[in-house]
Amino acid sequence: MRDQIKPNQIVLGAVAYDPKVVTIWEGFKAYFADQDLGFDYVLFSNYERQVQAHFDGVCNVAWNSPLAWLEAERLAARVGRKARAVAMRDTDCDLTSVVVARAGSGIERVEDLRGKTIAFGASDSPQATLIPLGWLASQGLEPGRDFNVVKHEIAVGMHGDHVGGERHAARDLVEARVDAAAMIDANHLAFGADGTLPTGSTVIVGQTPTYDHCNFTVLDGIDAALLDRFVNLLLGQSFEDPLVRPLLELEGLKKWLPGRTSGYALLDDAITRLGTINAWLDTASANSDGQSS
Amino acid sequence: MRTVDLGALGLDRGAHLLVRHALAKAEVGARVQVRGSDPALAIHLRAWARARGHGFEPGPPPIVIRTSLEDGRWCGAVAAGHAARPSEQASASWGLAARGARVEAGLVPLEFPLATRDEIWTDDAARLYARAAAAQWDPETAINWAASCELPDAVEDAVVQVMTYLIENEVAALIIPARFLARIHPHFREILQVLAIQAADEARHIEVFTRRALLKRDAPGLSTVGGQSSLRTLLEEPDFALASFLLSVLGEGSFLSLLWFLAEHGPDPITRQITTLAAQDEARHVAFGLSHLQQHAAREPGLRARMANAVEQRFSALQHTAGLNEEVFDALVLLAAGSWEPEAIARGFDAVVALRQDMDRGRRTRLARLGFDAEAAERLSSLHTRNFM
Ligand SMILES: [Fe+2]
Ligand SMILES: [Fe+2]
Repeated sequence: MRDQIKPNQIVLGAVAYDPKVVTIWEGFKAYFADQDLGFDYVLFSNYERQVQAHFDGVCNVAWNSPLAWLEAERLAARVGRKARAVAMRDTDCDLTSVVVARAGSGIERVEDLRGKTIAFGASDSPQATLIPLGWLASQGLEPGRDFNVVKHEIAVGMHGDHVGGERHAARDLVEARVDAAAMIDANHLAFGADGTLPTGSTVIVGQTPTYDHCNFTVLDGIDAALLDRFVNLLLGQSFEDPLVRPLLELEGLKKWLPGRTSGYALLDDAITRLGTINAWLDTASANSDGQSS
Repeated sequence: MRTVDLGALGLDRGAHLLVRHALAKAEVGARVQVRGSDPALAIHLRAWARARGHGFEPGPPPIVIRTSLEDGRWCGAVAAGHAARPSEQASASWGLAARGARVEAGLVPLEFPLATRDEIWTDDAARLYARAAAAQWDPETAINWAASCELPDAVEDAVVQVMTYLIENEVAALIIPARFLARIHPHFREILQVLAIQAADEARHIEVFTRRALLKRDAPGLSTVGGQSSLRTLLEEPDFALASFLLSVLGEGSFLSLLWFLAEHGPDPITRQITTLAAQDEARHVAFGLSHLQQHAAREPGLRARMANAVEQRFSALQHTAGLNEEVFDALVLLAAGSWEPEAIARGFDAVVALRQDMDRGRRTRLARLGFDAEAAERLSSLHTRNFM
């Protein structure tokens, strides 16, 4: 499989969570072609398949969700490889999630959530499920024991890239099917502005510490010069450039930043606590061992 | 430090306008303190600033640190010419922007085949549009449709036949400016406006002539191959100047005489009223054609030769067709006569002969205004289609 990638070619893996993903990477493909960088992309229907394919050599860079990053990092550790985050969006740094309740419901502090029912997004959504669950646990509220969990399993495998789960959680809250709901800060603002959460109808019960979102992940063995060229081209993309701006706008950033992994601790703690990827990791490491032997 | 106070207003209800306003006044790198009583303020502000590339500190009170990333959108933006006067050449990269607007760089070029000022422009356009806009009339109320309209059967038939002929000519006069309108760069706004209102005029003419044709009859009259062949040569003319010349100067110019004729000799008040109103509109169409062709001819010395050629070519294309159909000619005579009395027919016949002379005089006058000498004007007028339009 590894032989499918030509020398001096970046083959990027990305998850097709929305049709616009094709537009985005076709645009980047044309841009990189203009810059004389060999570039192609492969789309996956879910992040687990992408991470596995990355290890199998189908792609040599993966556009990973934070959970997919941790999957890659942990899988690498199991099979004796090394994963690195090489670049990320400015808009993926320092996110927070919030837990909100209905105004006037008497729920104002985290402690008030004890014994209540909270709506979340999909099981694998870092922002709408895993990080809020982990954070609540760190505040002394164990899911299932101290509060009931309602999940919205929309687009499982896409790690919450699809906004549907959070919107359902917000509707559950407004329509009083649950006592509280978890979502990313930006969606709380967006749901307020678009009327999903009528103005003044919710109170913020708590806000998680900051965390980071997606990154471009590579594994050991990628050609250093090729990777440098790819990363430098990304970091050189300017919002001032009219040819690049539409791509950045579609992908939702103003500029690319060098990758950092300091913002994944909250999620790392959460999945450790919840055992989210343990079973997958066992299977994937068995597969990867088989592959490499 | 700069401070902006949002009061109780939340970012989910428009408070971002105040923040944006404060940031616009601050220099790059400046810290703007945001105060307000909305409990979600710091949470929403973080998300808002992050999405726009601004820095954020949670405070309290929260602080937004202005960057220049958002300003990058206007890097390389250009003005779409000057608001007051159109440019010599309109750029495809201005797209649909208002004249003089600042256009973001990177717009996919929008090609309009007619983008050169000399080919289309006249300084009279704004004035002609204003006049046209002020002179719009409502077919429902401007005409007394209840007026008595009892004509002998044959005269009514003649009116219906003339209306039938007028309608197909009006359709051509609607389609041609409408087609060119879509090919002209919108930078030349006034020209688009004139052509648009001209098309609206023709739509109204079609409306009133149809209504008159069907006033007493179930169907309009006859449509001939000869008449339609003549109009087809107009529709097929791809050049804006030549199409304007053939349609507006020669065709609608001749039609002016015809409409005045009908306004004078029409046998019933409704026919006289609708042709009077249509003639007023047509006069503007002719004026616009003359005006932009005069300016165009002054810039392009070869234009007159091209116009003369177009008349000759059209003449040879049409010389084996019937020209004005007998039904229309006879109907005009009978309509002007008003009865079968031989003396009345004689009067009607003389009136139609006078009409053709009047049309010829009008064409020659307009050709002279475009710079043709008397001899050329006489020859070109004589070669004009026998279908009038
Ligand atoms: Fe007309
Ligand atoms: Fe007209």
